[in-house]
Amino acid sequence: MDGAALLLSLQLALLTVVILVPVGIVAGRWLATRDFMARPLVEAIFALPLVLPPTVLGYYLLVAMGAASPVGRWYEAATGHPLVFTFDGLLLASVIFNLPFAIQPLQRAFEAIPEDLRHAASCCGLTSWQSLWRIELPLAWTGLLSAAVLTFAHTLGEFGVVLMVGGSIPGETKTVAIAIYDRVQGFDMAGAGLMSALLLALSIVAITVTYWTSARQRRKHASAD
Amino acid sequence: MNRHRRGWHRLCLALVVLAAAPAAPAAAPLVAAASDLRFALDEVAAKFARDTGDTVRIVYGSSGNFRHQIAEGAPFELFLSADEALVLALAKEGRTVDEGVLYAVGRIVLVVPEGSPLKPDPRLQDLALAVADGRVRKFAIANPEHAPYGRAAQEALTATGAWDAIRPRLVFGENVAQAAQFALSGSAQGGIVALSLALAPGVLGTARHAVIPEGMHRPLLQRMVLTKRAGATARAFYAYLQQPAARAVLKRYGFALPGE
Repeated sequence: MDGAALLLSLQLALLTVVILVPVGIVAGRWLATRDFMARPLVEAIFALPLVLPPTVLGYYLLVAMGAASPVGRWYEAATGHPLVFTFDGLLLASVIFNLPFAIQPLQRAFEAIPEDLRHAASCCGLTSWQSLWRIELPLAWTGLLSAAVLTFAHTLGEFGVVLMVGGSIPGETKTVAIAIYDRVQGFDMAGAGLMSALLLALSIVAITVTYWTSARQRRKHASAD
Repeated sequence: MNRHRRGWHRLCLALVVLAAAPAAPAAAPLVAAASDLRFALDEVAAKFARDTGDTVRIVYGSSGNFRHQIAEGAPFELFLSADEALVLALAKEGRTVDEGVLYAVGRIVLVVPEGSPLKPDPRLQDLALAVADGRVRKFAIANPEHAPYGRAAQEALTATGAWDAIRPRLVFGENVAQAAQFALSGSAQGGIVALSLALAPGVLGTARHAVIPEGMHRPLLQRMVLTKRAGATARAFYAYLQQPAARAVLKRYGFALPGE
């Protein structure tokens, strides 16, 4: 069992959730309430990490964040250390490859809120911000929970992108998923098995929570109709 | 409702504390090491920690990948390559303090897992026959594109004339440790890996091996070098690796040593 890798994975997953949930709320609500010509394209771009091979994403991130890229050069000049092969770079990659996991459940939840309700809120003099906090988010909380749980679980499990932009550095970019791969190469099947079982259990919990919340949401709608 | 809210606050606080906790204790220097060193270097590093009280963090992988990662700015302070050409290329690019030193010469072996119909024959004569008569369905080597031990394996297979016949049966490990894992997983009938891995504790017990003659491949001249990022601990470890205590460990894992 690699405790440092587990702690690192939990930190990465947590920070990714903290960053992505607000992004998911803004983007999900925007996509749910606005209709415009380019919307399918925007939705497709946000959904890309779902279908793109992780190595393709990893390749582009490596090129975009590498020491020779403008982003990589700017970051190194600002902080004194490179962006790739560091926790910061991994976090940036993690935020990007988790976009659909945060946005989609929230978009579905905002879509489920009847338009009349939003109109009523604005008629009562609530600003868009007040409407979000007092009316919409309390109704969309199941979507919020799904987004957070899915993002968390997916970050723990991501492998390809992490391997390519992280480089398996202990305490910096060596996540649990990478540690499992490393233990197998070190002929430590018992260690790999223990960590795999832990990830399996966490994933089952995460998926159960999302199914539970979506079932709850459906029931609520059924009774509302 | 109020109690509900307090619970949330407490959870958020706990999450913030967890997220802010430092992941690694102190920043022990990072060492990039070729996968053939996986067990030998762990032993040397443990000895180093006992003798000096300092620790290093070792990452194992294929030397070719490390060469590119260091060129991309990866934070390694010391690089132990399985192929000296990769170190010399980095030195030419100005990524290292000098051209480093030769620390070992590696050897390759044919490994045959328990129950395999393949004979552990050092000249690989039986291997060509075994491919032809179907005894070998899968055979593991490291990826010759970027793993020095994979390239040596390819050279040895070419030297015996078995390369073309065995090519469709090959499975490629990303590095030589993964190739060894494939070879001994029971799903392959054998593989060509580093002698240092075949001599590792645990692995030796289940697999037979035969050391392939030196003349069948270009020598695996393993060179190490300090990068421009090297600090005091990395420099101390670099010096320690050239001392008799470390050399004795490398010798026990089947490496030939420079100057002997």
